[in-house]
Amino acid sequence: MLPQEIRENIQRLIEAAERPREQVINVFYILQKHYGYFSDEAVREAAALLKMTPLEVEEMATFYDFLYREPVGKFVIQVCDGVVCWMFHENSIFDYLCQKLQVCAGQTTADGLFTVLPTACIGFCDRAPAMLINGVFYGPLTPAKVDEIIAQLRSEHCDLVICK
Amino acid sequence: MNNQPELVLLKNRRPDRPATIEEYRAGGGYAALAATLGKRSPQEVCQLVLDSGLRGRGGAGFPAGRKWAGVKEDAEFPRYLIPNTDEMEPGTFKDRVLVNADPHLVIEGIILSAYAVSAGKGIFFIRPSYEMDAELIERELEVARDAGFLGGNILGSGFSFDLEVHRSAGRYICGEASAQVNAIMGKRAHPNKEVHMAHQGLWGKPTIVNNVETLSCVPGILRQGPEWFKGLARTESGAGTKLYCVSGRVCKPDVFEMPIGTRLSEILDLAGGMCPGAEFKAVLPGGASTEFMPKKFYDVEMDFEPLKAVGHRLGTGAIIVFDKNTCLVGATLNLIEYFARESCGFCTPCREGLPYIRDLLWRIEIGEGKEEYIPLLREMARHMDRSYCAFAPGAAAPVLGLLNYFEEEIREHLSQKKCPYKGLGIEFRDSLIPMEKTESTAPENS
Ligand SMILES: Cc1cc2nc3c(=O)[nH]c(=O)nc-3n(C[C@H](O)[C@H](O)[C@H](O)COP(=O)(O)O)c2cc1C
Ligand code: SF4
Repeated sequence: MLPQEIRENIQRLIEAAERPREQVINVFYILQKHYGYFSDEAVREAAALLKMTPLEVEEMATFYDFLYREPVGKFVIQVCDGVVCWMFHENSIFDYLCQKLQVCAGQTTADGLFTVLPTACIGFCDRAPAMLINGVFYGPLTPAKVDEIIAQLRSEHCDLVICK
Repeated sequence: MNNQPELVLLKNRRPDRPATIEEYRAGGGYAALAATLGKRSPQEVCQLVLDSGLRGRGGAGFPAGRKWAGVKEDAEFPRYLIPNTDEMEPGTFKDRVLVNADPHLVIEGIILSAYAVSAGKGIFFIRPSYEMDAELIERELEVARDAGFLGGNILGSGFSFDLEVHRSAGRYICGEASAQVNAIMGKRAHPNKEVHMAHQGLWGKPTIVNNVETLSCVPGILRQGPEWFKGLARTESGAGTKLYCVSGRVCKPDVFEMPIGTRLSEILDLAGGMCPGAEFKAVLPGGASTEFMPKKFYDVEMDFEPLKAVGHRLGTGAIIVFDKNTCLVGATLNLIEYFARESCGFCTPCREGLPYIRDLLWRIEIGEGKEEYIPLLREMARHMDRSYCAFAPGAAAPVLGLLNYFEEEIREHLSQKKCPYKGLGIEFRDSLIPMEKTESTAPENS
């Protein structure tokens, strides 16, 4: 069940908008943040709140790469696989992360902490190779830096900004 | 030609933080707004921008004044202006730097451009990986509103305009103007070529989509005149300065504001030249949707017309530098992987053709290529012109560049039956799959 407070927040957002449909992505983000990913329940809630059919919601939700229709870890690591980062990938950061965390693309670590995803060029080509973790930028990366970042996220409680 | 070129867009850039509204105003910021709203007619503003020769910086280079003239005086209201900050063209990061350097220059440019087409509302469309910048712009919009530059009856001129931020959730195609309009309307972001945006864009109303760099040129044009703007260029046909973002195998990858038409060699020098030990092989001159240019174009003037004259495109002005040790078949494969994944899937040549091209390149890269793949690649790349929007011809560009200038490199792959460069050119992530048994879920990032 969606908590009343979140439901009301969303309703306020929709009512304040000139047209409800322009709030689709914002509503999706709020639901995703609450459920941890864009779950089936999120689809149903979004449809009811936005007066769309679940199919229409699905059509949107499966289109975008920052909306996760499957469960993801607490930290979503989006590794840039744009051509500039690729150029600096002799010791591929992507492969390194996968090996280190024992997952493959799209999988979540057993402790539920990390999901690794390849991602379209994130626009930080001046600091390649680069990645985003919950929307926060890291780069230029080396395997040693990756180790450091992962260790820090593992040990400290940290509320990174999620892409809203 | 003086040695210290005039900075227009990045003159307030600081190493550590964005310029404040006070700093922007101290340099003449918002003066154009005060001198324009209610004092010059929107038609006059359009004419000045037309006379300035300003061309779109989002990739296509369409003259901004001509685009705006597409909104007729008797066109419907409300009208919309969409500053495009999607910036998903690989290699491009100039809009991020611009917004971060001087947010109020961007905001003033947007308000003035909205005035030119009498738009009442603007929607600042921004990609999710720029969330920090979205928040920055939202904060600075508040500041501009408090200063009376946004909202009802701006500076007592009778002109009202407000701007809001629209957060996207990814996908390259959302940068295409008509797809962007669909995205804002909460529809799946397919392009729409059936309607003319200037007549029936957002919510069926007249809509102008411009790149933020384009819009940020407008305050200068209005303050200092179209002749000044034209005079900034190094080329006869060009106008203004350009944000060139340089990345890849150079010492100092960064964004450089230079007169448009500055030679490639000079821009690469600004970027510190090649990395130690690296030797120049090629550049993509304007992002991933342009063709590779080999050494013989090293001195080309980086402007729309000079590049067109030699069969190339300025695109977004994002210069990606490849060195002699980088496999261009691998690079092209990476690019085509990107395009195949980002295709919106709406039309067949793009949806089916790009995976086909990817497959051919893949086989060549891993040493299973055949001679007949070369003409096949060429044919498939040409077929991309039959697609619905400009995405697929853009995707074909690096393939054509590879074929036109680096066919020899393809042949080396064929004859050696392997990639002559170190790597496989692409990570074999799909073959990584059966690793240690992990109790994990496997979401498909669709
Ligand atoms: C696939 C595709 C992606 C695009 N992405 C962007 C983008 O991220 N930013 C942008 O300003 N223009 C992008 N464009 C160009 C826009 O369609 C449009 O021409 C541009 O925003 C207009 O602004 P301008 O005239 O100021 O350049 C893209 C075009 C295509 C075909
Ligand atoms: S060319 Fe590609 S991106 Fe454009 S409409 Fe066709 S499938 Fe979509």
